[in-house]
Amino acid sequence: MYNQTVMDHFRNPRNVGVIEDADGVGEVGNPLCGDMMTIYLKIKDERIADIKFQTFGCGSAIAVSSMITEIAKGKSLADAKQLTNKDVAAALEGLPKNKLHCSNLGADALQLAIQNYEDQLAGVTRPEPIRKEKHEHSHGEKCYCPYCDIEIQENITFCDACQSSLEEEH
Amino acid sequence: MKVINLDHISAKPLLPEVKEVMIGAIEKDYHNPSSQHKTGEEAAAALQKAREAVADLLNCSTPKEIVFTSGGTESVNHAIKGVALANEDKGKHIVTSNIEHNAVMRSLRRLKSSGFTVTSLPVDSSGRVNPKDVAEAITKDTILVSVMHSNNETGTIQPIEEIAQITRQKKVIFHSDAVDSVGVVPLDVNKLGVDLLSFASNTFYGPAGVGGLFIRRGTRIFPLLEGGVQENNKRAGAENLIGIIGTGKAAGLALRDMDKRLMHLRALKEKLLTELPNSIDEYIVNTHPDYSLPNLLSISIKYIEGESVMLMLDDENIAISTRSACATGSLRASHVLLSLGLSHADAQGTLVISYGVDNSKEDFVAFLNALKNVVSTLRDISPLYQKAPKT
Repeated sequence: MYNQTVMDHFRNPRNVGVIEDADGVGEVGNPLCGDMMTIYLKIKDERIADIKFQTFGCGSAIAVSSMITEIAKGKSLADAKQLTNKDVAAALEGLPKNKLHCSNLGADALQLAIQNYEDQLAGVTRPEPIRKEKHEHSHGEKCYCPYCDIEIQENITFCDACQSSLEEEH
Repeated sequence: MKVINLDHISAKPLLPEVKEVMIGAIEKDYHNPSSQHKTGEEAAAALQKAREAVADLLNCSTPKEIVFTSGGTESVNHAIKGVALANEDKGKHIVTSNIEHNAVMRSLRRLKSSGFTVTSLPVDSSGRVNPKDVAEAITKDTILVSVMHSNNETGTIQPIEEIAQITRQKKVIFHSDAVDSVGVVPLDVNKLGVDLLSFASNTFYGPAGVGGLFIRRGTRIFPLLEGGVQENNKRAGAENLIGIIGTGKAAGLALRDMDKRLMHLRALKEKLLTELPNSIDEYIVNTHPDYSLPNLLSISIKYIEGESVMLMLDDENIAISTRSACATGSLRASHVLLSLGLSHADAQGTLVISYGVDNSKEDFVAFLNALKNVVSTLRDISPLYQKAPKT
């Protein structure tokens, strides 16, 4: 199901843990599809000096968390802000199509952690972000199918590209 | 390296006697059972022998009540769509439960788009339907009740006899998806009182790709597959004779060894339930303590996700099944587990442990040791475990 790079990050995840006095914390959660992740940052001189993660999720979720923390560690905040789910999926040498949404988890959590750090500096508080199950939003306004990652219209109930139903079943 | 199969619900091995008889059938090059010449009749005799063995397993009044299919899914589709279409002049309402297999649910979904209505009944926290709810749901428009005998995700067995008493009295056709029960627990179609019963060969160690439908004489039902007149005009298509011969052998062995197997399986389940608390803590048992299959235990392990457990156990050469959203490929939590009242998060940590005649107590020792480490490792990574108040 998963290639060797993904399995390596799953079996030997890098940077697992908590930072008690973190400078920024980013938490994304979606129990509806079973993945939740928290990223902790320690910032020094506008660089990510240390980074740790905690994840409740499948093989992809853990591998993605491990990989994104490995990529982000040591990066300047400016560079880290450019990291997207596609970078993580590429670094992992690909994920199965129906697991691409897991890669969004890592990127979102990292960006939220950075935002949390900057908000604290600026004295800003934000409401908790709500993660939807139906579409996966990147940092922009577009919607993506949670299964095949193709761009879709808001509120559609069926993805033609991968033939998946996007509505809740009972 | 030998893999310990604790995922019997997905696939069981073929018994040596079944393999032998199927290899024999392959070598024999049976002709077509529908042909009238002597090699055709020889094939027909082999087909009949298999049919009789299955009929004996279910205690049918006549072997004619057994129709062979390509598996449990085809049987279910046949039962539901066949009854609906044959009886739609009488009514268009169907009653089912919230925890049926996808074969039932999707067949019903297809019928809904043709104007049929469906009432789906809730279950209690162990996954059991209340027969009173069935009685209340039946209207003069109801033509079919479909409630599974045992559930493949929880192992819980339904009160089929009580439900049949109700459907008999109200003269509604009753189908039960018994794919995971036939050949595992003793079933008598006349004691059960059902009109239709779906089953699958691999459940009793026969080849996958063969199953069947018990159709009580007099039941109004259309065929699913139309064409030739095979299976007494109920299911067209040249038969998978090699598979059916294997199925007949497996059915005979299941009947013969039923009590011995039950003893073995119950002993294994007992061991599992007794020693699980020594291996892990904070888990929920989903399987009903009394009304359940002897060869399945479903547990939901808190704070961790099922696919990661499955992958780590796979590294230890232990095959197991999970019902987490990621693992089922649908990215949605199992409708069965949610119907039991499990939270989404807890449902994600569900393991289905299913075993059979080829498993031993030593398999369970290895499994429990491995599970302890796996759960500990994953909980160390989990944000939910850190947050949980420690006692």
